[in-house]
Amino acid sequence: MAERSFVQEVQKLRLGAGEEFVGEGILAVTKALLESGVSYVAGYQGAPISHLMDVLADAQDILQEHGIRFENSASEATAAATLAASVNYPLRGAVTFKATVGTNVASDALANLASGGVTGGALIVVGEDYGEGSSIMQERSHAFAMKSQIWLLDPRPNLPSMVKAVKMGFELSEASHTPVMLQLRIRACHVHGRFTASDNVRAPYALHEAMEQPRRDVSRIVLPPASFVHEQEKLTQRWPAAVAFIQKHQLNEFFDGDANDVGILVQGGNYNALVRVLERLGLADVYGRSRVPIYVMNVAYPVVDAEVLRFCQGKRAVLLVEEGQPNFVEQNVATVLRQAGCTTALHGKDLLPPAGEYTLHEVLKGVRAFAQRYDLLPATATAAVAPTAPPIPKTHKVFALKPLPEVVQPRPPGFCTGCPERPIFAAMKLVEKELGTHHVSADIGCHLFSILPPFHIGNTTMGYGLGTAGASAMNVPAGKKAISIMGDGGFWHNGLTSGIANAVFNRSDNLTIVVDNSYTSATGGQDVLSSKALNPARSTGHLIEKAVRGVGVQWVRTFKRTYDVAGLRDALKEALTSQQPGPKVLVAQSECMLNRQRREKPQVRAQLAAGQRVVRERFGVDSDTCTGDHSCIRISGCPSLSIQTNPDPLRTDPVATVLDSCVGCGMCGEVSHAAVLCPSFYKAQIVSHPSAWERWWDGLRSRLVGALQRRRAQRLAQWAF
Amino acid sequence: MAMDKHPQPIKIAILAMGGEGGGVLADWIVDLGEHAGHWAQTTSVPGVAQRTGATIYYVELFPKPEAGAAGPVPVLALMPLPGDVDIVLASELMEAGRAVQRGLVTADRTTLIASSHRVYSIHEKSAMGDGRVDAHQLRAHAENAAQRWVCFDMAALAEREGSVISAVLFGALAGVGVLPFSRAQFEATIERAGLGVQSSLRAFAQGFAMSQNPGPITPAAPPPPAATKPTPQNAVLRDCVDQVWDMLDAPARDLAIEGVRRMADYQDPAYARLYVDRLHSVHQVLPQDPQQVMAALARHLALWMSYEDTVRVADLKTRGSRFQRVRSEVGAQDVQLLRINEYMHPRFQEVCETLPAAVGRWLMASPTWRAWGERLFSRGRVVQTNALGGFLLLYMVSALKPWRRLSLRYQLENQRIEAWLALVRQWAASHPALALEIVLCQRLVKGYGDTHARGHHHHDQLLALVTQHGARVSADQLRALRMRPWPMTKAMPFAAPWLRKLGLEPGGRASHVHPQCAHRHAPLGARARGTPRHLHPPGCVCAGNANRFHAHLGVCGPCQPNTPSR
Repeated sequence: MAERSFVQEVQKLRLGAGEEFVGEGILAVTKALLESGVSYVAGYQGAPISHLMDVLADAQDILQEHGIRFENSASEATAAATLAASVNYPLRGAVTFKATVGTNVASDALANLASGGVTGGALIVVGEDYGEGSSIMQERSHAFAMKSQIWLLDPRPNLPSMVKAVKMGFELSEASHTPVMLQLRIRACHVHGRFTASDNVRAPYALHEAMEQPRRDVSRIVLPPASFVHEQEKLTQRWPAAVAFIQKHQLNEFFDGDANDVGILVQGGNYNALVRVLERLGLADVYGRSRVPIYVMNVAYPVVDAEVLRFCQGKRAVLLVEEGQPNFVEQNVATVLRQAGCTTALHGKDLLPPAGEYTLHEVLKGVRAFAQRYDLLPATATAAVAPTAPPIPKTHKVFALKPLPEVVQPRPPGFCTGCPERPIFAAMKLVEKELGTHHVSADIGCHLFSILPPFHIGNTTMGYGLGTAGASAMNVPAGKKAISIMGDGGFWHNGLTSGIANAVFNRSDNLTIVVDNSYTSATGGQDVLSSKALNPARSTGHLIEKAVRGVGVQWVRTFKRTYDVAGLRDALKEALTSQQPGPKVLVAQSECMLNRQRREKPQVRAQLAAGQRVVRERFGVDSDTCTGDHSCIRISGCPSLSIQTNPDPLRTDPVATVLDSCVGCGMCGEVSHAAVLCPSFYKAQIVSHPSAWERWWDGLRSRLVGALQRRRAQRLAQWAF
Repeated sequence: MAMDKHPQPIKIAILAMGGEGGGVLADWIVDLGEHAGHWAQTTSVPGVAQRTGATIYYVELFPKPEAGAAGPVPVLALMPLPGDVDIVLASELMEAGRAVQRGLVTADRTTLIASSHRVYSIHEKSAMGDGRVDAHQLRAHAENAAQRWVCFDMAALAEREGSVISAVLFGALAGVGVLPFSRAQFEATIERAGLGVQSSLRAFAQGFAMSQNPGPITPAAPPPPAATKPTPQNAVLRDCVDQVWDMLDAPARDLAIEGVRRMADYQDPAYARLYVDRLHSVHQVLPQDPQQVMAALARHLALWMSYEDTVRVADLKTRGSRFQRVRSEVGAQDVQLLRINEYMHPRFQEVCETLPAAVGRWLMASPTWRAWGERLFSRGRVVQTNALGGFLLLYMVSALKPWRRLSLRYQLENQRIEAWLALVRQWAASHPALALEIVLCQRLVKGYGDTHARGHHHHDQLLALVTQHGARVSADQLRALRMRPWPMTKAMPFAAPWLRKLGLEPGGRASHVHPQCAHRHAPLGARARGTPRHLHPPGCVCAGNANRFHAHLGVCGPCQPNTPSR
C-alpha cells in the first residue's frame, strides 16, 4: 500500500485518441508506455519515479486488459535483467528506477543487455534525483549510457515531448538493436501539464508465446567469441543505424533566430530554463521564439556529428548548456568541431558553472556572459535584468536588523510525527550514555535522518542495503562492537546477502539493527516481502527473522514495539555486551506511522460517524512542572514535540509542549521513563461515545475526586491574592 | 521580440514544510488558473524534503490568447528565478525568511503572504535555555524585502475552522487581489477539489478577511508594572507584600510579589516570610540602585525555594485547575470522557529525600537498603490521576506538604540556598556585577533526575570557583562559564586560560582547604588532566573524610557501583 493512492490517475490511463491527458509528467510517461504497446514493465521505486510504479500497481486491471506483466522488482539489477525478455523476442519492455543510484545497481545487467543487443524495444526510464532536494550523490547517468553504449534521451520538460520520447525511444531501440535510456529530471517528472492522448496498443506478440515457443540465438549471449563481435557490431552497425534514425525522425530540434552568427546547444531537459533566461535578457519571447538559434539535443547520446556541424556552420561562436560534470558532451562536440576543422568558438563550462545544478540564476549568468561577449546585449538590457542577489536589508524603523543567515535556520528533513524509527535512535542514545559511542554504519532510508540533529548517530552510508557491509572491516577483537543500521527495504534489496550472510560467513560479531516498518517508506511506502499488508498481487508476510536465521544467524531478537524505549535499550545492551560469537541481528518492528495514519484515519472517521466508541490518545506536557531544560526534545526531535512561551511569570525559558498533531505513539512517555527525564508528560485518552456504564462510573469518580480537589483549593484560596 | 510585447507569466512560489499541504495549494492555484483560461504549470521537488523538511512548490500561470487553446504555447519555467517572482506564499514565518534569503522576494514586485506562526526548528527547540529566533527580526526582514507584505496567524485560523493552512493562504491570496480572478472563482476551485469543502471554505473566508487588514509589527512590550498594591487576607502575607512594596520598585517588586504568591502556594505564609527575609538580607548590603540584582534574585530565589520535589509534583498533578487545563489542551469536549495518565519515575533517592532527613540519609548510606530500594524504584510507573487509585496515591503524597520542612531534600536545598545567598551577600556590596552573575547561576539548576544533578554540579562548580578565587573571577568570566554547555568538565579546557590568569594552572600546584568541609582540594581543572579532583559544594555536608562528592545526592560518601558522580 503506497503512501499515495492513484485511483483517480489510473482512469487517465484509459484515455483514447484525441482525448486530452492532464496531469503529472511521470504519469504521462506511464500512459505513453501503454500507447507504445509494451508487453512488460518492471522497476524499483524511488524519487522521482515512484509514482510510475505506484500508478501501475493501482492499475492491475488495465494492465491485464492489455496483457502487460508488471513486476515490482527486488532491485534495480532485477529490473534491468528483466529486459532480457526483449533480447530474443519482439517484445517491448520498459524498466524504471532512480538514477544514478539505481543505475549503479543495475549496471551489470545493463552492460550485458547492451552487449548482446535487443530485438524488441527496450526502454530504461531513469528519474534523475539531481540538484535541489536530492538525497543521493551527484553524478550523471550519461557515463553509464556511454560505457555500455545505451542511447540516452533527454527530452524537453513538457508532456508532449516526453510522450514522444517514449514512443520514439522504442522505435530507436528496435531500429538500432540497442537499449534506450530515457532520462527525466525530478522537476520534469512532477511537472503538471497536458498532451493529446492516442489509443492504448496491445502488443501483437504476447509473453506466453515466448514461453511456449522459446527461441535462442547464441550470438546474442555474452561469451567469447560473441562478446568481441558485439563490440565491433556496436560501432559498425548499431551506431550508424541509430544516427540515421535520429536524423530521419528529427529527434533533435533546430530553432532558427535572426542573430545567426552565434548559437546555443542545449540538452532537452534544460530547454525551458534556457528560454526563460533568454526571455529575461530580451533575446526571446515567452513562446520561446529566440533571436539566438538553438539546437536542442533531445538525444544526449549519441551526439550526431552531422547535425552539430550543420548548426555551427558559419557561426562565430556557440554556447553549450550541459548540466552536471564531467562535461562529456562538451568534449564530444569539441572533438567533432576540431576534426572537421570548424573554427566556431565553443563555450560551455568556461561561462557556466563547471558543476552543480543549472538553476535559472546560474544559467542567466552564463548566457548573459555569452551574450555580452558577442554583443547581443546593449548595456541597458543587462541593467533591465531583474536582480539575482537577495536585497540588502535596510535597517528597520523599529530596531536594527540582524543578517538573515543568523535568523533563518536550516530545516533539514527528519522523522515524521510518531515515526517508529525515532525511538530506536533514542534508545541508542541511552545506550551511548552507558556504554559510550560506537562506530555506526548507516544505510539508505528514512533512518539515515539519524545522522542529523538531535541524534547525530551514524558514521558512513555506503548505499542501499549496505549498512552491514559497511562495517565489514570492523571485524577484529575489540572492546566495542560496531553497529549497523539497515531498513527492511535495503534488507530485501540486497542486505540479506551483502550484509547479513557476509557477516555470518566472515564470522563477524557485530550488531545489525534491521528497521522493519513494513514498507520501503522513504520511497513512498511500497510493499516488501515482510510487509504485513495483504497484497492481492504480491506475496507478503515473510518474516525477516526467518530469513536471517535461514542464512545462519544464531542471535536474533525481533522487537515488536519500537516505542518501548527501555526494552530496546536493554536489548541493544545485551547485543553489544553478548559474548556469543557470530553476528547479532535485532529486528525492530513497528509500522510506518505515515502509512498507518493513512490507513486508520478513515476508519476512525467512519466509526465516529457511526457513533461507535473511539479512544483517541495524545500526549501533553504540564507547563507548571516542566522546567524548560528541553532534554526530552534533545532525545526525540518529534515535530509535534515543540516549545512555547513559559506561562510562569517567574520563568523565562520556554517550556516543552505537545502540538495537536500528536498521534499518541507513546515515545515521549517511554523516553521520560527510560531516561528518567521528568514527570511532566501525561497521556490523555479521549473517549468518544462512551458506554452508559462508563459515563456513570466516570461521573461518580469525578464527583469524589472533585470534592477532594475543592477541599484543597479552598485551603489555598485563603492564601491567594 | 522584446519581452514587453507579450504579457508575462504570473510567477508564484510556495515555501512550505513537507507534508504541510503546499502541494494541495499549488494544485488549487493550477486548477483555478486553468478554469479561468490560463496555461498553468506547477512542479516541485519531493523526495526526502517531504519528510518535514523545507521545500518549494513553483507555479506559473499564463493567459491563453483570446482564440483559446489554439495559438503558440508558452514555455514556462520549472523553478523560480531570484528577483523574478510575483507572489510568494509561506506557510510559516521562518520559511518567509527563507524566501527572502533565497532572493525570491523583491521590493519592486513581490507580494509576500505568510503565516505569522512559528514552527520551531530543531536547533531552536533543543537549546538548553531559550534558543528561539526573534520573530520580529523575521517579520522585519520580510517587510523590508517585499513590495506588499501580508502576515497573520493562519495556523490559529485553520485550527479554529478545523481546516489546513493551505486554505487560509488561498483565502489570503484571493484577498490581496494580485491574481486576475474573482473570489467566486477561488471558491469554485475549493468546491471542485471536493475534500472537506465546508471547513476549507470557512478557512478561506477567514484568510480573505484577514488579508484586508493584518496586524502591524509591534515588538512585544514588557507587562506593565502592577499599579496597586495587592492586599492578601492573610496577615503574614499582607505584611510580606508591604515589605516588598517598600523595599523594591518595578520590575523587581512585581517579581518579588509573584514570589510571595508562589511561596504561599508552595508551602505556607511562613515560607513566604522566609523568602522576603532572604530578599531583605541581600537588599540591605547592596549599594544604591540594586534593582537589577534584586530583580534577578527575586526571580531565582523564588524558583529555587519552590524546587520540584515529589510532594510539589503530586500537588500540581492533582489540582482541579490542572484537570481543566488538560481538558482544554487536548481539546476534549464535555461529551467525551478524559483519562489522564502520568508518566512518573520516582527514584529511590527522591523517595529518600522526601523522608525525614536522618532516615533518608541513613537509607541512602546503607548499601543493602540502597540496592533494595534502587531495584524497587528502577522502573517508571504510569499513574492515572483521574482514576480513584491513582488520584488518592498522589493526593496522599501531596498531603505530606506540612512535613516538608523535615525532609532531607528541604535540608539539602536550604543549605545550598544559604551558601548561595552568603556568596551573593559577600560580593553584593563590593562587586554587584559579580553578585548578579552568582544569582543567575541558579538558572543552571533545572529539570529532574540526571539533568537536575548535572545542573547542580555545574552550579556548584561555579560557586566553588568564586568561593576559592573571589573577585579574581570577573562577572564576564563567570557568565561565560555559565553559558558553557555542561558538564563542567567540558567547559574546563575553555576556562583554563583564565584559571591560569588567576594563578591556577589546570592540575597545578596549590591545592587548598575547603571553607565548609575542611577537605583538601585538587585545584579546578585537574580533572581535565586525569588527576582525581575532589570538589565540594559550598555548604558541603560531608565531614571531610569522604572520598567522592555525589552532586545528585548533595552529599559525599563512598562510591556506590551504580551512582553516577555527576
